Amino acid sequence: MAIARDHDLHRRRFGRNLGLGLVLAGFVVLVFGLTVAKVQRGGLLEGYDYQPRSSLLTPEPAQ
Amino acid sequence: MADIGTFARGQQDAGFGDYVALLKPRVMSLVVFTALVGLLVAPVPVHPFVAFAAVLFIALGGGASGALNMWYDADIDALMRRTRGRPIPAGRVAAGEALGLGLGLSGLSVMMLSLAGNLFAGLFLGFTIFFYVVVYTVWLKRRTPQNIVIGGAAGAFPPMIGWAVATGGIGLESLAMFAIVFLWTPPHFWSLALFMKEDYSNAGVPMLTVTHGRPATRRHILAYALLLAPVALATAFTAIGGPVYFVVSLTLNLAFITAALRILRRSEASAEADGYRAEKRFFRFSLLYLFAHFTALLAEAALRSLQLGGW
Repeated sequence: MAIARDHDLHRRRFGRNLGLGLVLAGFVVLVFGLTVAKVQRGGLLEGYDYQPRSSLLTPEPAQ
Repeated sequence: MADIGTFARGQQDAGFGDYVALLKPRVMSLVVFTALVGLLVAPVPVHPFVAFAAVLFIALGGGASGALNMWYDADIDALMRRTRGRPIPAGRVAAGEALGLGLGLSGLSVMMLSLAGNLFAGLFLGFTIFFYVVVYTVWLKRRTPQNIVIGGAAGAFPPMIGWAVATGGIGLESLAMFAIVFLWTPPHFWSLALFMKEDYSNAGVPMLTVTHGRPATRRHILAYALLLAPVALATAFTAIGGPVYFVVSLTLNLAFITAALRILRRSEASAEADGYRAEKRFFRFSLLYLFAHFTALLAEAALRSLQLGGW
């Protein structure tokens, strides 16, 4: 069997690879979107980052 | 790596569509719809993107169990006219590939649903896949005519999983949705078996039509239609029901029971004479029945959000 560039087998494999590629790209977008949705739902989080931050301190009652 | 010579000897190279076919897209559409309704009617709001992703992963889990089912059932699929063209019996996909795809997607969907929704929903999806593949496909399908009665539970879990994504648990309302699909499944498949008998008996699958005969199957269809009606109607009086759902359900159940009575009264000769018209109509109507019930639940949820729903 001669291997031509446009053999049917190549077209099927290209379709398969393209399909898988699109699925993987879609999965990446999905995980990214989920991350954004989850972070937004959690509010703007301020974690401990080795810097004292006045916004995280509870105000002391006035003497 | 397989070279061209490998495929020239008979085995065909699979296209992307063959792998999609392994996931049973038509069954998936029912899973997507019922899971989405279960998620949307729940009292806890879910972020739209999280809801979208969760339903997608539930569908993927359903697809994975479809691939595992096709891997295990490849031998009987090859014997039935309805399933002969599936990728494995047709020789386009190797059985091992279907097994790998099924297991891989099972793990991925359970893991991703646990992350997108919550751990309970993810584990529930895992249990559903186990139930469909091990309990139904491996254990019951070839052993007992009650196969689709118990196995039907697998198809009834998706609205409960959708509900679990939103609430993190189980409620009376999610059990009601489960019960509707669970009791709907046997008459739906038995009406199919009435006009597909040759297929099942050729494959040695003990469908009720094969083991107990057709008149008994017709009686069973009516019995389940009668059992289903009070459950479907009672759902109207739970937190997810309301007058719109009640009217839809009442109309559909009356029609469903009437159609089941018509099937019961028919003899084999008259059924064969008109090419199983009533049975085929019942089968199609049963799809509408389920779709309309869940749509009515969705309508009630939409009305509730506008402060119009409920009693």
